[in-house]
Formats: sequence, C-alpha cells, structure tokens
Amino acid sequence: MKRNKLLITAFAVTALVTGGIMYAADHIDAPGVTGQTTDITDLYVFRSPVNTSNLVFVANVQGLMSPASTATAKFDENNVIEFNIDNTGDMIEDLVIQAKYDLATNKMYVFGPVAPSATGLTSKLQGNPTAEVAVTPYTSATPVIATGATGIQVFAGPRDDPFYFDLTQFNKIISGMATSFNNPGTDAVAGTNVMSVVLEVPKSLVGTIAASNTINVWLKTKKKN
Amino acid sequence: MKKSIIILAFAVTGSIIVSSCKKDNTPPAPVGCASCSSTNTYTQKDLLARPSVGIVFNSNGADKDAFNVSIPSTAAATFQSKFMARLLALNPGYTTNILGQTATQYTTLLANDVLNVSTNGITAFYNGTQLLTGRTLAEDVIDVELILTFGGPTGALNPGLTSDHVNANDKPLPSTFPYMAAPF
Repeated sequence: MKRNKLLITAFAVTALVTGGIMYAADHIDAPGVTGQTTDITDLYVFRSPVNTSNLVFVANVQGLMSPASTATAKFDENNVIEFNIDNTGDMIEDLVIQAKYDLATNKMYVFGPVAPSATGLTSKLQGNPTAEVAVTPYTSATPVIATGATGIQVFAGPRDDPFYFDLTQFNKIISGMATSFNNPGTDAVAGTNVMSVVLEVPKSLVGTIAASNTINVWLKTKKKN
Repeated sequence: MKKSIIILAFAVTGSIIVSSCKKDNTPPAPVGCASCSSTNTYTQKDLLARPSVGIVFNSNGADKDAFNVSIPSTAAATFQSKFMARLLALNPGYTTNILGQTATQYTTLLANDVLNVSTNGITAFYNGTQLLTGRTLAEDVIDVELILTFGGPTGALNPGLTSDHVNANDKPLPSTFPYMAAPF
C-alpha cells in the first residue's frame, strides 16, 4: 500500500517534470504518444554528401533514451514508420516509403517509394519490400548496411540523437522563470539515444515538383489496428 | 482425369492472377517477413515535418495530440489561428521576422507543416543562403526558429532569446552512410 502510493507519487512527479520540461524537436511532444514506440523525435532529409544524385531520409523515434535503456530497446513490429512525399505541390502524399520492423527476423523491411493505395490517416504496407536490413545491435562497432534492388541503402538501429537544444532553459523562459538563455547553454539531449531508420534513395525514385525543383516531406508513425 | 484438368485449369488461372494482377492478390506476407501482411491497417499516431513546430506552437496537450493526427493538406485551416495566438503570447512585440513575414504569414508557413526539400541543389534548413531546402543532421535549427520567432526584422531584437548557445551535437557525425554517430 505504502509502496504503491510512493510509486504513484513518483509517477506523478515524473509526469509533472517531463510534462513541464521536455520540449525538443518532437521528443515526447504530446500526451498521446509520450512513452510510446510511435513517438517521433526528428525528421531529416538532405542531399547525400557522398552522391549528389541521392537524397538521405532519416526518421528518429523513441527519444531521450539512456545507454541502459538503449541496450534493450527495440523497434515495434506493430508500427510503420512512414515517409510521406508530395511531388506535385498539393501537400498530399504522392509516394510513401514505409519501414516496418519484423521481430522474428530482427530486420527492418522497406517498402516503396510507391504510390499509396489511400492517402491520409491509415495505411497498408504497399507491395513487396524494396530493401531489408538486419537491425544493428547496440553493441555493434560498425553499422549494418544493406542495399536493395532499386538502389536504396538502408540502416536501422540505435544511434546517438544528433539533435541539440537547451530545452530546460527554454522551458524556464516560457514559464516565466527566466528571461534569457545562458551562455554557454546546456544541451538537454546530450548523452541520449534514439532508434533510427536511415535511407539513401536515388532522386530518380521520388520525382520532383517541376516548378520549384522541390519535394515536400513529412514523417508519420502508424500503429496496427 | 476430369478432376485433374480442373485442377490444372485452376493452377494456370491462379498463376495468371498472381502475376498479372499483383496489387489485388498480393500474398498476405511478403517473402521473408511474416509480420508484413498487406491486409493489416495501420493508423496514424504521430506526425512531424519541421522541427519543434507541433510542440512549441500548440499551447496545450489536446492541441498537440490533435496536431499529431492531422494531415498537412488540411492542418493549416485548424491550426494557423492557434499558432498565431501562441506566437503573440511567446513574443507580444512580434512585428515581422528576418524574412519580412507578418505574424499571419509566419504562422501560415508553420501551419503548412511540411519539410521542403530541394531535388537539384544544396539542402539546408537555413544556412545563410538556402532557406527551407531540407534539413541536415548538424544544423542548429533551434537558433533559426528562435531568430524567426524573437529576432524581429533584423534578427537583432531580444538578443537573450535568439540563441540557446548550444551550437553543435555532442558527438561528431560520420561523413559516410548512415551519417549518424554510434549510440552512447
């Protein structure tokens, strides 16, 4: 009884602290996804520094993990991590790239880029995998990398979170407890890890909005019904 | 004999359907991935494009949850006015930013939350020249957003609020795929 109450108190305090303090790129951003395997931290899309004909897509989920929790962290096979690509300029996805973890094989399977059978809030896996890779173990000295038949390179596994932000001070500022940042600031994401999916995709597979030579990209996590 | 013809016909028909009409007859689980059935439906739980938009510019948990299950083509209609109220709460003195955007223009950009990515040039969230042509791993996106939110038309206003003075990741980033550093 006493122990239970203590736990409840500890939980309440934790919730208060995390609810109040944790703002980051999207780390534990909202009540509905905080602590869930669907919680996105960041999306990055950039021209490959190795091959300018490729774009690199990075999806990070499950943020702010300590080394200890990273050692046992897994992708969730009930989730799809989905890059949405608009290449016509109407903010509706024309193509998706879906990453789906399979526990039995401990592999990440990649589907697409492919036109989705339906746009919006629900998805199905589209067609057959275009690439697959074994998830890199936490203790692995080198990342496990694979390349699919269409030329997509893929990595999946734990990585250092590349995001940095003095979010503690930011929250003091917006709650009226401080009026400015400190110099130097304190990186609240330092020493923490994420689960990461990295794809290097030939530009020829994603198309382009003709007038602007751009695409619009957003990242979704979706959970099996 | 008759039976075997029927079986043969069925086998031929079956193989034709599979090869010519793959979309409607995709095997339930692709080879190698037993959990990858194409019949399962997955429903959206989280959404992100530009960094920090959903969490900073939604002022409460209910709006954050709603933003995470929105879609970009319709989100602006719901969220632009809320983002504008939030912007003016964060910075009551907001006039324009270094891009010359009024509060309405800035929050309209934010509420149309997609990451614009150049397919023929340098990609950067903002590098002094390229603006919103992608997002690289190393970029100080927080300072960019702080300057746009607090820095006024020249970027010089509110100097205590336009940088968090954390200017790089805590580990060097590799120059080769997957470009991310090994975990701590």
